[in-house]
Amino acid sequence: MEDRILNEFRAIVGAPGLITEPEQLSTYECDGLTMFRVLPLAVLLPTSTAQVQAVVRVCHREKIPFVARGSGTGLSGGALPVAKGIVISLTRMNRILEVDLPNQRVVVEPGVINLSVTALVAPDGYFYAPDPSSQLVCSIGGNVAENSGGAHCLKYGFTTTHVLGMEVVLPDGSLVHLGGRTVDRPGYDLPGVFVGSEGTLGIATKVILRIVKKPEVIQVLLAAFNSTNEAGAAVSGIIAAGMLPAAIEMMDNLAIQAAEAAVQANYPNCGGLLLVELDGPAPEVETLMEEVADVCTKCGAWEIHVAQSDAERARVWTGRKAAFAAVGRLAPAYIVQDGVIPRTALPHVMSEIIRLSSEVGLRVANVFHAGDGNLHPLVLYDNSVPGQDKLAEKLAGDILRLCIKAGGSITGEHGVGEEKKMFMAEMYAEPDLETMQLLRCAFDPENLSNPDKVFPRPRLCGEKPGVYEPHPLEIAGVVQRF
Amino acid sequence: MPVASGLMTQVSWPELAEIVGKEHLRAATAADAIDGVEAQMVAEPGTAEDLARALRWAHAAGVKVSPRGGGTKMGWGNPPAACDLVLSTARLNRVLEHAWADMTVIVEAGCRVADLQKTLAEHGQRLALDPLWPERATIGGILSTNDSGTLRARYGSLRDLIIGITVALPDGTLAKSGGKVVKNVAGYDLAKLFTGALGTLGVIVQAIFRLHPLPRESRSLSFSGTPESLNQLLLAIQASKLTGTGLQLRVAQGSAHLDVRFDGTAAGIQAQVKQVQQIAGSMAASDAPANAWTSHQAIWDGATPALLTKFSVLPAQFAAVCALVERSAGAQTLAWKIVVQGVGTGYARLEGNEQGLRTALLTLRDELAKMGGTLVVLGCPVAVKRGLDAWGPPSDAQPLMVRVKQRFDPDGTLNPGRFVGGI
Repeated sequence: MEDRILNEFRAIVGAPGLITEPEQLSTYECDGLTMFRVLPLAVLLPTSTAQVQAVVRVCHREKIPFVARGSGTGLSGGALPVAKGIVISLTRMNRILEVDLPNQRVVVEPGVINLSVTALVAPDGYFYAPDPSSQLVCSIGGNVAENSGGAHCLKYGFTTTHVLGMEVVLPDGSLVHLGGRTVDRPGYDLPGVFVGSEGTLGIATKVILRIVKKPEVIQVLLAAFNSTNEAGAAVSGIIAAGMLPAAIEMMDNLAIQAAEAAVQANYPNCGGLLLVELDGPAPEVETLMEEVADVCTKCGAWEIHVAQSDAERARVWTGRKAAFAAVGRLAPAYIVQDGVIPRTALPHVMSEIIRLSSEVGLRVANVFHAGDGNLHPLVLYDNSVPGQDKLAEKLAGDILRLCIKAGGSITGEHGVGEEKKMFMAEMYAEPDLETMQLLRCAFDPENLSNPDKVFPRPRLCGEKPGVYEPHPLEIAGVVQRF
Repeated sequence: MPVASGLMTQVSWPELAEIVGKEHLRAATAADAIDGVEAQMVAEPGTAEDLARALRWAHAAGVKVSPRGGGTKMGWGNPPAACDLVLSTARLNRVLEHAWADMTVIVEAGCRVADLQKTLAEHGQRLALDPLWPERATIGGILSTNDSGTLRARYGSLRDLIIGITVALPDGTLAKSGGKVVKNVAGYDLAKLFTGALGTLGVIVQAIFRLHPLPRESRSLSFSGTPESLNQLLLAIQASKLTGTGLQLRVAQGSAHLDVRFDGTAAGIQAQVKQVQQIAGSMAASDAPANAWTSHQAIWDGATPALLTKFSVLPAQFAAVCALVERSAGAQTLAWKIVVQGVGTGYARLEGNEQGLRTALLTLRDELAKMGGTLVVLGCPVAVKRGLDAWGPPSDAQPLMVRVKQRFDPDGTLNPGRFVGGI
């Protein structure tokens, strides 16, 4: 990068806010998905909206691509730097700006850690509902980019449900306010499209969150089944009975073993474990918990246990939330997948995963947000065995294809990022992808903000191509379209 | 955005008749006019593909199009700068797939809300939304206007319930976004973009929703008091651990009520009723009147001329809004009433003379803006509407919204002029 530009960046963020040394840059070469690594030209750590704006203006003028980054816990390579581009790290913009309890609003900067919001409002009986497993370290800005979910989004919704507005630096450096403190503001639902856009539409510099009152009672039930199919039938039974639990999680035997080894959650050793959390008024939770237990028994549960204390409930959740990392104890390397299927397709998809896994000879541990059909298969492999990483990658890809075939999605909460962009063309038809591009081009016609992510091919924002019509020479057979 | 009003050249309507079938293309009547702007023709295509072809034809011919579902909210937004063709979704009215075990439904845009609910109820489920005039309003119409009702307290608005969408764009593209799983972050969420876009970006032809179970039991209570005391009670209920599915204030000259609804198991409801009474202290509860939860619809009926506005504020500001409406209406000797949902959206109705309505509206809008709120005119005599912007002053995101519009509808084919800032 030219010195004059570096000097300009230094003048904006100060010397401590600019990283250019290769060994320091390497901290930023990847996010939570370590298989992709790219060294950026520089990393900038702004401390204010004005600094972000100034940096982006320089990028826009010089046509330097930029990638915004929060805590870097993403699992799809969304914060992977681009070569010849810079990374804008928002970690120093980490102030909670305002707490308005009567109206249940909290205004934060993007670098604020997810769990800090809950920690701040918990004494007053509130919580911030989206709870990705990384909530101890992941940032609100990152959550906004990825539309992060978590175990409790079955009942409480996703990041998009709880973000009412944001201040955004657009890729041309202009500042806009999308949404606001009040709902239904006139105009297009731009907060709705910005959340989950994976950093491709600009950089959020302020976020207005909605907090939720903690329920009167929370109970979690553990049920042990011989198989994930039996556990899956119980999930369908619970839903069919007209209940909307706060969370329904499922783990297979390999995932249980991993979690046990890591955090001793006291899970029963079984083929399919179900965690069902109910919350609400005490008498209601009590009645419904009995019904859940009945459904589980009918579906073959041989051990049912309701956590008796807050401490026990916390331990149950620690096991579940630690499951990804815990799998590291079972194999030297693993790939986390994030497919979604209609709940009813679970038995079929599970048996296919088992078949594919045994064909390839690689183990797959399964952790599911079963209530909403979000699967997290963990493909275990040994990266010291030549070629096994490619096998694992292929298996993980085949599992995603199973999800698409079942009418589902290639990602429920981790995002498309770098990792799954080629699968977008399998999930969506070309006109669907072209239409999404219209939105990107309205925000970022120069393709500077996290370019080349999410979509299978880079595209220019020129005139929109019309509906395909064969050229007369094609019809005549003189030329061919490739 | 520049819009050519009216057609510059002769339009070949028979070409459109070829596309939609000649029995489904008819001359427009006065009843098809939008805020006094009369269309030339009304087309009712029978498939999404035909609708897309019709739209593409209109786009190429320079014909300005207003999409229409049940036609219940055609007066929302600004009067169109031009409207040549009303494109009706009336024949796209099928429920395509109710996957009850997955609690999702795929439905065509022209399906009436009540018809969809009837199908869903066969398996004890519902789209957890109670919009205006469900017997006539269609799925495409409630989506395009982002309509909602009292269930919003618990289940959110359409943006929280829609999981997939298919739209027809002016160039004839049929595009999908989302799908039939409730959790999905693959690609941009175009369903949210089209929700509330008033048909200015494309025509919604199909939607997929997540569903909720019908409640096992339900009970509603009402409290009477002053707007101030009821606003305090509303905040106290929101700050409690109660999990109501409805929470609203109904205020008119000389009367004010708060309604709260609990759904769930009998035991759960009983416990919550007891708790809410404790929170209310000396304010006595009674069973809510049967029509309490349709008062957001009833407020549309009454003497004319009238002004019907949708406002959005923070819950702690409700009493102040009531006082503001009373003051602005009183100064013009207008009658008034308000229904506001706990989430912050409400309708205010003012009745009286046109000049008074206009004056009161401008005061209301200014004062609400100072409070950080917004006010949109939904129902209003055309003469009054012509002198104002139904949406209020544009935000700093207006240039971005214009760019979005230009990408999706570069020639301004769809509903020109009806949306925010003249989009």
